[in-house]
Amino acid sequence: MANQQRLVALFPTCIVDMIYPEIAEATAMLLERAGVTVVVPPGQTCCGQVAFNSGEWRDAASIARRNLKVLCGWGDVVMPSGSCAAMIRHSYAQLFRNDPSLLAATHELAARTYELTEYLVDILGVTDLGARFNGRITIHDACHGLRGLGLARQLRLLLANVAGAQIVEAPEHDRCCGFGGLFSVKQSTISSAMVARKVEMLCATGADVAVTGDASCMTQINGRMSRLGVPMRVLHIAQLLAGTPKGALQNT
Amino acid sequence: MAAAPVHFYERVNRAVNDPRLQRALDKATGHFILMRRQALEEMLDPDVVRDRARAIRAEALAHLDEYLEQLAANIEAHGGHVHWASDGASARQYIVDLARARNVRTIVKSKSMASEEISLNAALEAQGIHVFETDLGEYVIQLAGETPSHFVAPIIHKTTDQVAELFVQKLQMPPTDDAQAIAQTARRRLRQAFLTADMGISGVNFGVAETGTVVIVTNEGNGRLTTSTPRIHVALMGIERLVPTVDDLLVMLQLLARSATGQRLSAYTTLVTGPARPGEPDGPEEFHLVLLDNGRSRILGTDYAEALLCIRCGACLNHCPIFQEISGHGYGALYSGPIGAVLTPLFQGINEDTRYLPQASSLCGACKEVCPVRIDIPRMLLQLRHDTVKQGKAPAMERLQLALWRLAMSSPGLYALGGKIAHWTLSRLARHGRVRRLPPPLNAWTKSRDFPVFAPRSFQERWAARHSEQQKN
Repeated sequence: MANQQRLVALFPTCIVDMIYPEIAEATAMLLERAGVTVVVPPGQTCCGQVAFNSGEWRDAASIARRNLKVLCGWGDVVMPSGSCAAMIRHSYAQLFRNDPSLLAATHELAARTYELTEYLVDILGVTDLGARFNGRITIHDACHGLRGLGLARQLRLLLANVAGAQIVEAPEHDRCCGFGGLFSVKQSTISSAMVARKVEMLCATGADVAVTGDASCMTQINGRMSRLGVPMRVLHIAQLLAGTPKGALQNT
Repeated sequence: MAAAPVHFYERVNRAVNDPRLQRALDKATGHFILMRRQALEEMLDPDVVRDRARAIRAEALAHLDEYLEQLAANIEAHGGHVHWASDGASARQYIVDLARARNVRTIVKSKSMASEEISLNAALEAQGIHVFETDLGEYVIQLAGETPSHFVAPIIHKTTDQVAELFVQKLQMPPTDDAQAIAQTARRRLRQAFLTADMGISGVNFGVAETGTVVIVTNEGNGRLTTSTPRIHVALMGIERLVPTVDDLLVMLQLLARSATGQRLSAYTTLVTGPARPGEPDGPEEFHLVLLDNGRSRILGTDYAEALLCIRCGACLNHCPIFQEISGHGYGALYSGPIGAVLTPLFQGINEDTRYLPQASSLCGACKEVCPVRIDIPRMLLQLRHDTVKQGKAPAMERLQLALWRLAMSSPGLYALGGKIAHWTLSRLARHGRVRRLPPPLNAWTKSRDFPVFAPRSFQERWAARHSEQQKN
C-alpha cells in the first residue's frame, strides 16, 4: 500500500492532548510529511495505564474496553508515547486474558498499535523528515518504550538526519527519570532523587536540548530543570523533528 | 497520599539525605554494574546461557518434590542427615536441639540470608552459644547490631571509614583508613573463632540433586573454613535453591558470580557432599542439611512461581534506581530491592507491613533486563498491586481517587471538562507560565519540581475546530 493512500489514526494520549497539544500537532505534521493521511478518531481519552499500574484492573479494563470500541476499524493507530503504546500492545491482553470474547479484538488492536518513531522508521521506512536543529542534542530513553517495545534505534536514526544537529549520548541514557506515573507523587522523595540524577547526567553532556519519546518523562525532567533554573530543557522527539522548539518551551 | 507506613518515608528521607550512604551506594553499585557488563561481554553468547539457566531452574521447580527427595536420599547415602523444616520455627528448633545435644559452645557462620529470615542467631545466643559471622560484611553487621542491606554485599551501605570507626570502637583497633589493615583485624579475630568452633553453619547457593552436593560460593574463603574445620556442619537451604544435575550446576556457576560482582567465579566455590568419609584427615564428622520451606511451596503453581527461580545474585538490586537511592535498609525488609519487593509480600502475605513494597518501584524494567534467569519482576509487581486491591488491602483514599479518575476517562464530556478545570486552576496558580505550588496531595510534586499549565484547548478540540473550519471552506 503506497504511503499516499494510507490512513493513520492518531491517538494523542491524555498528557499530550491536555498539556502539550503541540506535540500531537507535530506528530500529525510528521506523519503527513512522511506521506500518510492523518485522522483522529473522536472521543479519545486515556490508555488506562494509571489505573493498571495502581492495580485497579477493573477500572483499567473499563477504559480498555472503551478504547477497543473507540479505535475499532480505524487502521493503524499511532501515538507519541512508548508507554501508552506498550499499555495497549502488552497490558490489554493481560487485562482480558480470562475474557475470550474480548481477546480477539485486543490482539487485533495490539497488532496495529505503534509508537511514533517506530512507525516512521520501521513501518513507513522514513528516517529523514527534513528537520533542522543547529546545536547539540542529547537523549533520554524512556523506560517503557525502551524495555517494553525495544525503542532506541529508531529515535537515533531520525536524529541522525537532523541537519545541523550534533548528537551527544548522555551517561546512563537509559536510566529511569523517576516519573513512574503516580510513583512521582506517592514516592516523591525517591522520584525527586532520581530526577535530580537524570538532570545532572543530561546537563553534563553540555547539550543544548534533550530529546525523549514520552511526554511523561518530559514533564518530570523539565519540571526539575525549570525548578533548578538550568538552561537545558527536554523536547519531545516530535517537536524537535517538526521544528517547533519555541512553542514547546513555552509550556515548560 | 500516605500509601506507605510512616517508617518507610522516614527511612527514605534519611537515606536520600545521607551523603556517606549515597557515596557508598554509588561506588558499590557502579562497580558491580560495570564489572557485570564486562564479565557478560566476554562470554560467547550470554543470552543463550541465560536462557539455559532459566530452563534449568524452571525444570528444578517443575519437579521440585522429586529432586528434593533425590537430594535428600543422596545426602543420607553419604552419611549426612536431612531435616525438612516446614517453617522457621522447625528449622530453628532442629539446629538449637542439635547444638545442645552436641555440647556446642561456639558456632561459626558463613553467609546465609535464610538464617536471617528465621532469626537463627538470636535463638542460638539465647541458649548461651556464641555465634560468629565470618563473612566480613556479616561480621561488621553483627558488631553493629544491624541487618544486611544487600544479598551479596551486606554492608553496601557503609563506607570504609565507617567500618574503621566501628572496629576502633568494638575491637580496639588502632585507627586507620587502610582497607587491608581493617580486613586483617577481622581476619585475626575470626581465625580464633574458626579454630575453636564446634559447629559451622552455612547457607547453600545451590543443592545438586544428582549427587547430594551443596554448593557454597564465597570470596573470602570463610565458606571453606566454616564447612571443613568444625566437627559439625549444618547447611541451611531454601527448598527452591536446587539444580537437578552437576552439568546444570556448571551453567549456573557461569552466571552467578558474573551477575553478582562481575567475577568469572568467586574466589572459593565449595562443593560439599556429606561429612568426612572414614579415613579422611579433614572435614566435619557430621553433616546436616536443613531444608527450609517457610512459605516457598505455597508460591509454586501460582502466577508468582517465577519468583522462586531467583539465585540471589543481587543484580536486580544493583541496577534498580530505587535501590541505588535508599539501599536495602530503605525498604525495611530483609529481602529488598526488586526481587525482595516481590518475595516479601509473598512470604508474609499482603498486609499493612508489606503492601507498600511493590509500590516502591517506577516499573522501569532494569531488573528484568539483568536477571540471569530472566525473572519478569515488573509483571509480578503489577500483579501484587492488583492483588492488594483485590484483597481489599489498598488504601481507601487511593481507591476513591482512581475511581474518580476512571469516571473522567470514561466520558469524553467529563474528560474535556476536567481538562478545562485543570487549565483554569493551574493558570491561576502559575507564575511565569509554570506552577510552583500545587495543592495537596499534589504538592509532593511541586516540592522539587515545577508543573506545566494545561493547554487552554486540547489537541482534539483544536483538531476538530480546524477540520470543521476546513469543511466550511
